[in-house]
Amino acid sequence: MKPYLRDKVPTSFEEIPDNTAYEAGYLVTKNAGWRNVRPVIDTTRCIGCLNCYLYCPDGVIFEKDGKVSIDYDFCKGCGICSRICKLGAIRMEAEK
Amino acid sequence: MAVSAKTLDKTEYFYGHKACAGCGGSLAVRVALKVLGQNAVAVIPAGCMSAVGFNYPQLCFGNNAIISTFAGTASMLTGVEAGLRAQGITDFHAVGFAGDGGTADIGLQALSGAIDRNDDILYICYDNEAYMNTGIQKSSLTPFGAKTTTTPAGKNIHGNLKQKKNMFEIVAAHGIPYAATASVGYINDFMRKVEKAKNIKGTKYIHVLAPCPTGWGIKTDETVESAKEVVDCGLWYLAEFENGEFTLNHRPKEFTPVENYLKTQSRFRHLTEEDIEIIKRSRDAKWEYINKNFN
Amino acid sequence: MAKQVLSGNEAFAYGVRLARPQVVSAYPITPQTIVVEKLSEFVEDGSLKSEFIHVESEHSALSCAMGASSVGARAFTATSSQGLLYMAECLPYAAGGRFPIVMMNANRSTALPWNIYGDQRDSLSQLDSGWIQAYAENAQEALDLALMSFYIAEHKKVSTPFMANLDGFILTHTYEVVDIPTQEQADEFLPKFETENKMSLTEPKNLGFSAGPDTNIFFKYKEHVGILNAKEAIDEAERKFEKIFGRSYTGLTESYKTEDAEYILVTLGSISGLVKEIVDKLREKGEKVGLLRIRYMRPFPNEEIAKALKNAKSAAVLEKDISFGNEGAVYTNVNSALQKAGINIPVSNYIGGLGGRNISAEEIESIFDDLKTEESAVRFIGIGGEADGSQRKNA
Repeated sequence: MKPYLRDKVPTSFEEIPDNTAYEAGYLVTKNAGWRNVRPVIDTTRCIGCLNCYLYCPDGVIFEKDGKVSIDYDFCKGCGICSRICKLGAIRMEAEK
Repeated sequence: MAVSAKTLDKTEYFYGHKACAGCGGSLAVRVALKVLGQNAVAVIPAGCMSAVGFNYPQLCFGNNAIISTFAGTASMLTGVEAGLRAQGITDFHAVGFAGDGGTADIGLQALSGAIDRNDDILYICYDNEAYMNTGIQKSSLTPFGAKTTTTPAGKNIHGNLKQKKNMFEIVAAHGIPYAATASVGYINDFMRKVEKAKNIKGTKYIHVLAPCPTGWGIKTDETVESAKEVVDCGLWYLAEFENGEFTLNHRPKEFTPVENYLKTQSRFRHLTEEDIEIIKRSRDAKWEYINKNFN
Repeated sequence: MAKQVLSGNEAFAYGVRLARPQVVSAYPITPQTIVVEKLSEFVEDGSLKSEFIHVESEHSALSCAMGASSVGARAFTATSSQGLLYMAECLPYAAGGRFPIVMMNANRSTALPWNIYGDQRDSLSQLDSGWIQAYAENAQEALDLALMSFYIAEHKKVSTPFMANLDGFILTHTYEVVDIPTQEQADEFLPKFETENKMSLTEPKNLGFSAGPDTNIFFKYKEHVGILNAKEAIDEAERKFEKIFGRSYTGLTESYKTEDAEYILVTLGSISGLVKEIVDKLREKGEKVGLLRIRYMRPFPNEEIAKALKNAKSAAVLEKDISFGNEGAVYTNVNSALQKAGINIPVSNYIGGLGGRNISAEEIESIFDDLKTEESAVRFIGIGGEADGSQRKNA
């Protein structure tokens, strides 16, 4: 199961578990705010080799219609995908 | 079919974590879990990966995972494996992810015990060559010459004076069923080794070099290139140990210049030509040994 | 049921076998070793179906037990003294993770100087680790406690690890006639271990996480409530135990002739047997004396102590422990119980038996004599030393 964002942030006395065990993959915050630059896919150049997907430390790149797409909620903008892409299909753009 | 980007489990099991951008360790953990799949039961000691993955209520492992004590990765893995097996559960993979300090220093005794018992576990050491979680202190896997916060580079001492501990061969000397070295710069090789380990009974050990941009002083997008370069220049190697024999998996035709690898990293920037000569000599000695003893 | 002559260690091992632990992690240390040896024999002869793990240290012994418990397996380990201290990191870890592991501790002195004999400084130094702590008096109680400890630790409202303490050598190595219940009776007594505090393939969980300043105190409070709930679970376990096995126990404390007693000695562990003999002897002479035996140091029997001591003229705490720079830890705890209950009687502390030194019948009698002076003092018995460092008069 992929960890995903939840609406409920269980931090009150009543909501926390009685032990240190909780549902796996429970996310309550994004990582988008970490980015200074964002990777942008040029779908005309992308051939869907998935190298960027393979090397992404955060796993935020996924296959979509034979190309790739990025989950910007969790991308930290490290730029590995851009460096790894032999086709120059990913460029880093400054966040506004 | 060999595991590749195309055949890999599409599910992400390590997601939303707070590792630094470009973290090599998190890449190793992520990819290994994708190879092992949903029924991986992971033990991660106090350290970077637990600190970035388990902050209640932000829990970043999609599979079963637990933080162990710093020294207790292997011993807790033993208990997890035995506990599940005692309940008749067999369809799982007990896997540990510990850093270089957690493996080669404080966790070595427990790891040795687990290998000695041949417990059916996979232990993955993600080696970023220092205690990164506490702020870049020297471990026994910090390479010669590296500047850390406890091996400062000054006029008198040029960083770390000790050679990197040879964990791979220490582990192999136990007579372990399977051990391997890997690098996140050669991710397909790493995935193949995890896949292989997944199907071997008994204790498995994979030592994967995983650069830390924060601790090495490289740009966040240079992680994979550094991890590739270290293999290409001969300061790390890709090998396996099976049936009592060592096999080299990748032989660079010609080493790329060691200087290229070292000079991109601020932890090595202070090194003199003499220092680099020492590094080259120890590399050559290592390769002489490899050529003599590895298939 | 079958009667056998067993040492305290062996009796405990029989009790553990009756509880059918799924994982046993074992590392030897004197004077605990016989427990794990015996369990390995049970595994060998097929009478115990358990994963027996030869770990390479005590730290790994408890870490391994935590791993087993974290996937829902019943786990047991045993230790003593230096071993307990070597695994000390794992003690609050197991308690905070709410893993109901059972561990036997053979009470032994701690270095330096090296000493393998019994005192209680090892376990009492770990009172704050979050574990239930029980102290057995004899081999029969050791066996019964072994079985009951799983019931109490695994109780849904408790889910807290359990440390069962046996005095090194005096109890662990002394042979007594012990009644061993049948497996059928034990199975009737002890339910299967079931918990949601586990990693499961059908419902994946993340365990042992960090909790920051906002929520940390909530987790710690729940842990505290869990161990407090053990009191109720102990009562429940003992009632069920009596029904099935016919032997009864008395909860957190055992009162021996305290009801009308003017002078009460409070103690714990195997020395209680001798104190009972002295109480009987003095009672025959018409002296109104009694014994309050603390069976559980955690949860601490605040109310029971206050109730037993409230009509006494004075009391003393005899313990094999010293919190250096202050006084015995049991004494500190007892005084707190009395103070909270508004009971203002003189209470003295007698520290003895360190490093296995014998506590004689005469010394116990002289404590009862001292009680008549109705003064408070902290004393090391047998060496004439006051705890403030000065020499005691008429030592």
